[in-house]
Amino acid sequence: MSFLIPCPNCGSRDVNEFAYGGEIAVRPEARPNVRELGSYLYFRRNVAGVQREWWFHRLGCEAWFQAERDTRTNEVLLTERPRASRDEAPPGPEAPALPDTPAV
Amino acid sequence: MKDVFRQRRMWRPRGELKRRYDVVIVGGGSHGLATAYYLAKNHGITDVAVLERSYIGSGAAGRNTTIIRSNYRTPEGVAFYGRSVELYERLAAELDFNLLFSQHGHLTLAHSDRALITMTERAEVNQLLGVDSRVVDRDGVAGLCPELNLSREVTWPIEGALYHRRGGIIRHDAVVWGLARGADRRGVEIHPGTEVTGIESSNGRVTGVRTTRGDIACDTVVSATAGWSTLVADLAGVPLPITTHILQAFVTEPLKPFLDVIIVSSQMHVYISQTDRGEILIGAEIEPYTTYLGTGTFGFLEDSARHTLELFPQLEHAAVLRQWTGLCDLSPDYSPILGVTEVGGFLVSCGWGTYGFKAAPIVGTTLAELVATGRTPELIAPFTLERFSTDSLVSELAAAAVSH
Repeated sequence: MSFLIPCPNCGSRDVNEFAYGGEIAVRPEARPNVRELGSYLYFRRNVAGVQREWWFHRLGCEAWFQAERDTRTNEVLLTERPRASRDEAPPGPEAPALPDTPAV
Repeated sequence: MKDVFRQRRMWRPRGELKRRYDVVIVGGGSHGLATAYYLAKNHGITDVAVLERSYIGSGAAGRNTTIIRSNYRTPEGVAFYGRSVELYERLAAELDFNLLFSQHGHLTLAHSDRALITMTERAEVNQLLGVDSRVVDRDGVAGLCPELNLSREVTWPIEGALYHRRGGIIRHDAVVWGLARGADRRGVEIHPGTEVTGIESSNGRVTGVRTTRGDIACDTVVSATAGWSTLVADLAGVPLPITTHILQAFVTEPLKPFLDVIIVSSQMHVYISQTDRGEILIGAEIEPYTTYLGTGTFGFLEDSARHTLELFPQLEHAAVLRQWTGLCDLSPDYSPILGVTEVGGFLVSCGWGTYGFKAAPIVGTTLAELVATGRTPELIAPFTLERFSTDSLVSELAAAAVSH
């Protein structure tokens, strides 16, 4: 069943206007090993229930936003612009999200 | 004479669940039943229960578009699916059950020079591994499928195709029933209407499962649950790199036979074949967002119909008979995840995306061998769950996404 998503900027639009960005995953610590990086890149909770996820309004305001959607019914419970929490903030100089280039 | 009217059972009616089995298989689809069948046939392991939440073949096994082929892109994939096609070729005789397997050829259309280059690469890999696969030009496509619209006055003109002679379609329900009967006759128990609600383990090893019909002790649990794989693996505490999406298909009303090849266009996200009943069977790509809701969308019907009519304008007046969806378990590299997990005795067959049905017999034989011997067969060694933690993926994107 197609469904509507309320874009925080544009209001309710058909799901086909949006690109799906996947469930929100927590970025690994400053210097992840291959296993931690693999976990972040590939492993998903894939819940049957309410999932917090990224969407991109490609045929509208072209903004990324977050939604909470029930994957059993496709009901979108809320949408909002990304919050700047510790996990989602851009990496600061003291905590790089990806390993530094090794000094050779 | 009265025997003529006797109702013959394909398999025994569901009995009481025992308190203990050697092997419990979760999921009564093509993979679960094939694993049970080959456990009994190849290894004499018959103390096996197949637990199915609904009726057997109710999930992906009964919803796929029945295409069998082996013209994949990676050497690992070609070897694996090639063996599967060989097993499918012998399966009807082996099961003594007509599976209506028609190997009438499979054409993957190229709409650009770039696509022809990719297909040439695929054909080279295929031929190197003994799979009958070659690139044909426009005239070759016209010879193999004169019904196809080869006009230049379309959105995506056809430049050529990858031709896979041994690709074909099979009766998917018959595969399920044949395997179930074969397994049942060898002593395997099939329990429809039995949902697994928990998986017990101690010291990192499986000890049993909880079901809606009581608890069972066992040494080995095999999960073959397609779109529900994450939820079943969660019961065992095993995280998976899988997302669940719906895949959709529809059929038209039955028409006179006119199409005896499978036509696939990755560019147009569509694959078309004519079933033995005469219906034109049309499938598409998965929906991009994850969902467990198996309701079809109108957008799919609209897009697929438009693309189909570019290829076959003569279907303009064919009525749509029915539309359905199935849940797919998509892996990051479009290759399956097969075999052992971090929990001892808990094995998985998942990550099948849109191509699991093609692999049912080879999954059955290899998983049965793994259960019986405790060693991972070489053919499935590249497809371990561990590859996502060591970054050794097997990218099958070029030949698996929308290339049925």
